[in-house]
Amino acid sequence: MNVLKAVSTPVPKRLRDLIREIRSSRTAADERAVVNKECATIRDSFRDQDNTYRCRNVAKLLYIHMLGYPAHFGQLECMKLIASSRFTDKRIGYLGAMLLLDERQDVHLLITNSLKNDLSHQTQYIQSLALCTLGAICSTEMSRDLAGEVEKMIKSSNAYIKKKAILCAFGIIRKVPDLMEMYIPATRSLLNEKNHGVLLTAVCLITEMSEKSPDTLHHFRKLVPQLVRILKNLIMAGYSPEHDVSGVSDPFLQVKILRLLRILGHNDAEASETMNDILAQVATNTDTSKNVGHAILYEIVLTIMGIQSEAGLRVLAVNILGRFLLNNDKNIRYVALNTLLRVVSADYNAVQRHRTTIVDCLKDPDISIRRRAIELSFALINHNNVRGMMKELLLFLETCDPEFKSDCCSNIVTAAAKYSPNKRWHIDTVLKVLTTAGNYIKGDVVTIAIQLVSETSSLHAYSVQQLFRALRSDITQQPLAQVAAWCIGEYGELINSNNVEDEEPLHVTEDEVISLLERVLANNNSAVVTKEYVITALMKLSSRFSSSSMRLKQIITLYGSSTNVELQQRSVEYSNLFSKFDHLRPALLEHMPLIEAHPHSIESGFNEKQDDLNLLSDSFSRNIARTSVPTPSLPSENGGIFEYLTNGIQPATHIDTIKTGGGAVDLLDLLGDIGSDIPPIHNTVLPPVNDLLDSFMQPVAHPNNIVNGTSTLPVVTAFNKEGLLIEFFCQRANNDATKTVINMKATNSSLFPMVDFVFQAAVPKSFQLNLQSPSGNKLLPNNSGNVTQVIQLSNPQKQPIRMRLRINYTQNGKAVNEMGEVSTFPPELWQ
Amino acid sequence: MMQFMLLFSRQGKLRLQKWFVAYQDRTKKKITRELITLVLARKPKMCSFLEWKDLKIVYKRYASLYFCCAIENDDNELLTLEIIHRYVELLDKYFGSVCELDIIFNFEKAYFMLDEFLLGGEVQETSKKNVLKAIAAQDLLQEESEEPKSFLEDFGFMVGSSGT
Repeated sequence: MNVLKAVSTPVPKRLRDLIREIRSSRTAADERAVVNKECATIRDSFRDQDNTYRCRNVAKLLYIHMLGYPAHFGQLECMKLIASSRFTDKRIGYLGAMLLLDERQDVHLLITNSLKNDLSHQTQYIQSLALCTLGAICSTEMSRDLAGEVEKMIKSSNAYIKKKAILCAFGIIRKVPDLMEMYIPATRSLLNEKNHGVLLTAVCLITEMSEKSPDTLHHFRKLVPQLVRILKNLIMAGYSPEHDVSGVSDPFLQVKILRLLRILGHNDAEASETMNDILAQVATNTDTSKNVGHAILYEIVLTIMGIQSEAGLRVLAVNILGRFLLNNDKNIRYVALNTLLRVVSADYNAVQRHRTTIVDCLKDPDISIRRRAIELSFALINHNNVRGMMKELLLFLETCDPEFKSDCCSNIVTAAAKYSPNKRWHIDTVLKVLTTAGNYIKGDVVTIAIQLVSETSSLHAYSVQQLFRALRSDITQQPLAQVAAWCIGEYGELINSNNVEDEEPLHVTEDEVISLLERVLANNNSAVVTKEYVITALMKLSSRFSSSSMRLKQIITLYGSSTNVELQQRSVEYSNLFSKFDHLRPALLEHMPLIEAHPHSIESGFNEKQDDLNLLSDSFSRNIARTSVPTPSLPSENGGIFEYLTNGIQPATHIDTIKTGGGAVDLLDLLGDIGSDIPPIHNTVLPPVNDLLDSFMQPVAHPNNIVNGTSTLPVVTAFNKEGLLIEFFCQRANNDATKTVINMKATNSSLFPMVDFVFQAAVPKSFQLNLQSPSGNKLLPNNSGNVTQVIQLSNPQKQPIRMRLRINYTQNGKAVNEMGEVSTFPPELWQ
Repeated sequence: MMQFMLLFSRQGKLRLQKWFVAYQDRTKKKITRELITLVLARKPKMCSFLEWKDLKIVYKRYASLYFCCAIENDDNELLTLEIIHRYVELLDKYFGSVCELDIIFNFEKAYFMLDEFLLGGEVQETSKKNVLKAIAAQDLLQEESEEPKSFLEDFGFMVGSSGT
């Protein structure tokens, strides 16, 4: 009967034939066909409960599995093979179990019983198969079920079984740390063994235990002398062919021991002391002609750095790494850089000595090595070497792979800020980054660059000229264009200034400057953010370049029909400033106050941007609150301010404005809206002031200028002497006769600048006076700039206003003190 | 501790996979695909290490085969190269100048060898001789267990235990 059946079903293909057939398939489809056919046959055979060819079929299935085809239907067959008494069956069965099962599958629980039986089998090779499988697919349940058996086997006198059991215990502890207790007694004596397999696995187990529990670590500290002795024997004993690897005695064991010593000596002076000598010996005696010697030295460096070792030993360790850096083998160089990076904080000076070698690694053909070298280079920059290092890093930035560029830029800028020897160098470095790395620069660099230029008032002329030159030669780099646009807008009047040391003066006409910005604005490849910067810059230039304002107006008006809401809004707002509010324009477009220090962070843009907006809105509302503290009817005054703002904006954004109610809330909403208009894809941090908020920033600083804009009261000329003209724009606050707000505006029509300008005012006792801080202390010649200051006056008795003035300034190095009195205030203010 | 070892050809065909930590089959396939692509894309002048997730990948090419190991952060990558080399030496001794075809047609033997050298992701035996001795003894045991079966088996005749 059986014979007949066997004849009727063909003999399954041999594994070798199947492999051959699969390999000869010409296409993936062919291969799939062969595999599917074979799988079908194998399934049939499994279904028929065929015992003879089960082993062969499972082996074939394992091959098919490796090719990526599903083979889970073989799992139960593996169990059957394991349960077989034949060694071949068991061998393939366990192999299949290791490949097809893992602890996530419930089937593997079925295997536990077979394992338990085989662990106590009298044939050591069957025990070994069970141990090996346990080591590979040891789950939590299996660990608990078989931990006892494994513990017994650790005590076996057979080294072959012992070492495997020790590694199973290692696996069990990794999986279920609370089973550790069970193994500690058996582990103690393991280091007395001679067999290297047992020693090696024992060290592994002790390492794992010490890492898992501080108590055990403490317990095993007393093994240090024994470990030292084993290590000593290893390096002192002569050549032993069995464990030798290119002239190094059992590197596998040496490395494991060194690692365990590191864990035992960590934060323990006594243990560290015990191992100092042997570490020095191994470090000096290891043959380094081959990789294997380096593997040991590498481990020993980590150990020396990880324990409380002597200073001399630490220097030795860093020098070993220094030698690694000069090695021809790229793997060794990589490891050295990686390790130096880990130890640089602890042994800064020792690492510093290898700086030149490290910097040379920036030119390594291997990208992984370059990546490590760049990290390490940044870690090594300090006040003394910043110039040299930066030169190298900027060179690197020029040629490095695109993936490095943006981080590299941010790091260079951060390091430059931290260690710059002087402002000029700092600005030069940041400019170089902007011109070198192009569009890879992240938004944070733009913010930092603008802030840097802004806060370095002595170099405004230099910065703006350099940026102009850079932009002229390349308008396609967005971050550069943004910084340049901001600076040209802000300091446009300095573009032809001659007092820039050792630089050729730049001779450009206003038209050239405007044309350049216009080109950036018109360029299709310019980002919207860049265009926003440019349009604001052009607006600012309208007050810097008085003769070109018609042309500027034309350019700006053009964008009133831009499809981009942001640009359109700006354009419309700015155009309004040319017509309806032309008298306000110079005041609004004054120089920005110094940007307050911004943390030079490299956090991603969007959150920061939000923060900035909030920050700004906060300070804004505070500002309003302060100016109007004495005013009982606060909302209506603010309403005035907001009416202006919203009026200006309305045509562009069609935001429904709320004319009454909490004015501050309106504006915050407005800012919020604009903030969220910025598409998040621009990975650009918007600094608080340089961008779309510009137009609001001026009203923020001088809210009452705007109030004044709607006033019909005559302008009071408070002082006019030697070119210095001081005018008062007065306004009743909230239509309250007891409150007056005066905007002081000072201009200089003489040929020379006035510096250290200070304006002071005094009133009779029946008044109260509150002077806010001025917009600046410098008056540029030829009416090309001004200083404004807000004066708040409380006049409870509604008396005619009189005021005494004191004015101090320095012109051409000569201090000037002036006094004056004003009594020509319009009576409407208090009547 | 080594987390897994993969052997694959220059054409990206997997030849051997040994996992010492539990992953789902789907994850294993994904990792394998990802690493094969990563390693094959590396140029010869690049170093043998790469950082991948929280693991270190150490690979080395022997003729047409790549040996690729994933080790943990504390492990020694230079020593891992020695482990790979030792494994290659063992295969070489066993097959007699091993080539990719040996490993394809005798993949189970390559696994048996690995299981005598590593266990649970750690080296269990540093003596080449001991590993080869254990393999030879098991091969002998296998031959003995197969002996009762005659050549007839290959022709489909059931001889032995089940033939009643």
